[in-house]
Amino acid sequence: MDLSYSAEDLAFRDEVRAYLAENLPKHMTDAVRAGGELTKEVIEEWHAILNRRGWLATIWPKEFGGPGWTPVQKHIFEEECCRAYAPRIVPFGLNMLGPVLITFGSKEQQEHYLPRILDGTDWWCQGYSEPGAGSDLASLKTKAERDGDEWVINGQKTWTTLGQHADWIFCLCRTDPDAKQQEGISFILVDMNTPGIEVRPIKLIEGGYEVNEIFFTDVRVPVGNLVGQENKGWTIAKFLLTHERTGIAGVGFSIQALEEVKSIARKTMRGGRPLIDDPLFAARIAQAEIDLEAMKITNLRMLFKAQEQGAPGPETSLLKIKGTVINQELKDLARRALGPAAAPFPGHVTEGNLMFGPPDTEHNAARYFNNRKTSIFGGSNEIQRNIVTKTMLEL
Amino acid sequence: MDFNLTEDRQMLADTLGRFLGEQYPVEHRIKVAYDAPYHDPALWDQLVELGALYALAPEDAGGMGGTGFDISVVFEALGKTLCPEPVLGALMASRLLAAAGADLEALLTGATKYAVGITEIDAPYELDQIATVATAKGDGFALSGRKSTVYGGQVADVVLVAAKHGDGLGVFAVQAADANVTGYGMMDGGGAAEVLLDDTPATLVMANAEAALEDALNAGIVALCAEAVGAMDVAHWTTVEYFKQRKQFGVPIGKFQVLQHRAVDMLTEIEQARSIVIKAAAELGGDDAAKYASMAKNMIGRAARLVAEESIQMHGGIAMTWEYAVSHYAKRLIMLDAQLGDTDYHLSQVMKGYAA
Ligand SMILES: Cc1cc2nc3c(=O)[nH]c(=O)nc-3n(C[C@H](O)[C@H](O)[C@H](O)COP(=O)(O)OP(=O)(O)OC[C@H]3O[C@@H](n4cnc5c(N)ncnc54)[C@H](O)[C@@H]3O)c2cc1C
Repeated sequence: MDLSYSAEDLAFRDEVRAYLAENLPKHMTDAVRAGGELTKEVIEEWHAILNRRGWLATIWPKEFGGPGWTPVQKHIFEEECCRAYAPRIVPFGLNMLGPVLITFGSKEQQEHYLPRILDGTDWWCQGYSEPGAGSDLASLKTKAERDGDEWVINGQKTWTTLGQHADWIFCLCRTDPDAKQQEGISFILVDMNTPGIEVRPIKLIEGGYEVNEIFFTDVRVPVGNLVGQENKGWTIAKFLLTHERTGIAGVGFSIQALEEVKSIARKTMRGGRPLIDDPLFAARIAQAEIDLEAMKITNLRMLFKAQEQGAPGPETSLLKIKGTVINQELKDLARRALGPAAAPFPGHVTEGNLMFGPPDTEHNAARYFNNRKTSIFGGSNEIQRNIVTKTMLEL
Repeated sequence: MDFNLTEDRQMLADTLGRFLGEQYPVEHRIKVAYDAPYHDPALWDQLVELGALYALAPEDAGGMGGTGFDISVVFEALGKTLCPEPVLGALMASRLLAAAGADLEALLTGATKYAVGITEIDAPYELDQIATVATAKGDGFALSGRKSTVYGGQVADVVLVAAKHGDGLGVFAVQAADANVTGYGMMDGGGAAEVLLDDTPATLVMANAEAALEDALNAGIVALCAEAVGAMDVAHWTTVEYFKQRKQFGVPIGKFQVLQHRAVDMLTEIEQARSIVIKAAAELGGDDAAKYASMAKNMIGRAARLVAEESIQMHGGIAMTWEYAVSHYAKRLIMLDAQLGDTDYHLSQVMKGYAA
């Protein structure tokens, strides 16, 4: 066994580091460090910078414009991006729809949509969840009825992340009301500018706006917007949900979070000494760091397996559960390290000498609360456990 | 043994509960708690009229209560409705003023709003690290330093400030108008202030105030803990209620055993928390008050985090929204850990007691 990266991997890491050092603008790293919401402009600018280098669609095959990386390279790239405080890639077009079109889409669909995802022409969002269909996605009710050359869509989607910026939405719709639950669902692409679509923002716990409700009233889209076969959308939905996703453990983000906790704990005073010298708090950080160290290897073991045997299986559920728990613990420690200095609502006390605590900590509590979402979305941690129970324990 | 409330306290609990339930529905609370002045002045007046503040002060100081149980009853009711009124400052100030033998009338009638400034950025919880200094000046004193996260400070008329004075700590009254006060809203609703003191005129309330400050802190801790118990109750039972209504996979989610057991664990922790708060309330004012206050605050920190995080998780996405009350209960439960000493601070206080 050899836990070190190969010479090629190390060379690749240096190349990524050098590129980030050259091309990642300071205003972006500042914004990421500050921890507030990133603007659409910043995200688009970052996508464009990566696209210029051919590093945007990291999980697409080479023939479609991906870099053709191994799973380990993808991991190294993500880790380096996190270390450098690069903005997150918005996944809907790049990591979700892209692979779906590549696997299930027609040649025309691939040729039309994929380049537009790469060059930023189309911003996509994901229309899966509905008010009555969360964990039980197959109970979705939004229906699409065939009328000549068009689908007529009626219903409601919810929780649509960044839907307020989106040009297009990929939706799961019921196309055969008489079929069994998982049958009769189709995967349809909808232009957000089509008449009959209404987007209503949802304010989240920490005061931010990143999710929306989307209402469809007699929304007409061409039949050609169906991806794959009619009534076979569930296959696509499952593909998308269990599809090989790098970074599901969020190791890079946790490395970033660990660094932040330590930095805050070095600058915060308790009992006349830096908090990091307090054995109780230091023990808490150490505990989280040990978990994270193990997670790094667990993650690499699963990547290695994927590299050897093709796509990883249900172990990704374990990665998601443990990865989100570790990340949430680190965010909690950061908030606790600040103590009462985490109390103000973001934006309320930040100017001049009224800056609280160490710099860049203003959004700390907000991030802790916002981050509770990671164990809920993308299949809640309870649902992940159910998956593992069935697939790995065979119970 | 009798764990029942006395008749008076039961009446107080009922009256306050009814009043807050009617006048302070959670939608109203969410509105006032996040907009300057981060509370509802009209409701504050009504709370005062109901005698809520009198219940917090002992009879010989002009009040009608002031025991740990009186404090718990009031704050548990406030916690149930997430009430952001600046009652904590009034409670702690009343203890300090009473200890000094000062007149409480203006405080108890609500004519003067008090806040208490102990916390500093580099000394969030520890009295022996306080850096604010008082120097004699003319007939009175002048204070220099910075008091941080002064709860209720955004609307206080007077801030009682703990400052170094000679070899010990004194408590000084500062007119808010004389200080540089920056008020702001908090993550969990309600308001606080940064109070900058730069040769700011002050009057001495009490010299050698260590014991009085300890007592005020202990009373504040009992109050926060009782508030947390009230808020945990609501978050937990709202979650259990949601279990019955929310259907996924064709059944109410409460049918999933994995969720059932976690709700049971929450309930166990809440009952444990309730018990330790009763103990801390019983000991308030006695020799071991600090020890039991620390035990209570430590356990509340742990239980409140569990209840907050589990309530969100077991609701799914809905509890991540501003509109759904549980998100606000969760925020309050999490953030009150950092008030008057967090879980770790109080754990180490308990540990200090082991030293031979
Ligand atoms: C911030 C945020 C962003 C999101 N972004 C998107 C998006 O862009 N697009 C999109 O389509 N969706 C999105 N979602 C929706 C997300 O996928 C759902 O919230 C998630 O699937 C959970 O569904 P629910 O909220 O309806 O919870 P419910 O399904 O009602 O679950 C409630 C609770 O019951 C538990 N539970 C449910 N079934 C079982 C079971 N069988 N066994 C044990 N426990 C169970 C759940 O784990 C949870 O704890 C987002 C959600 C959030 C919070």
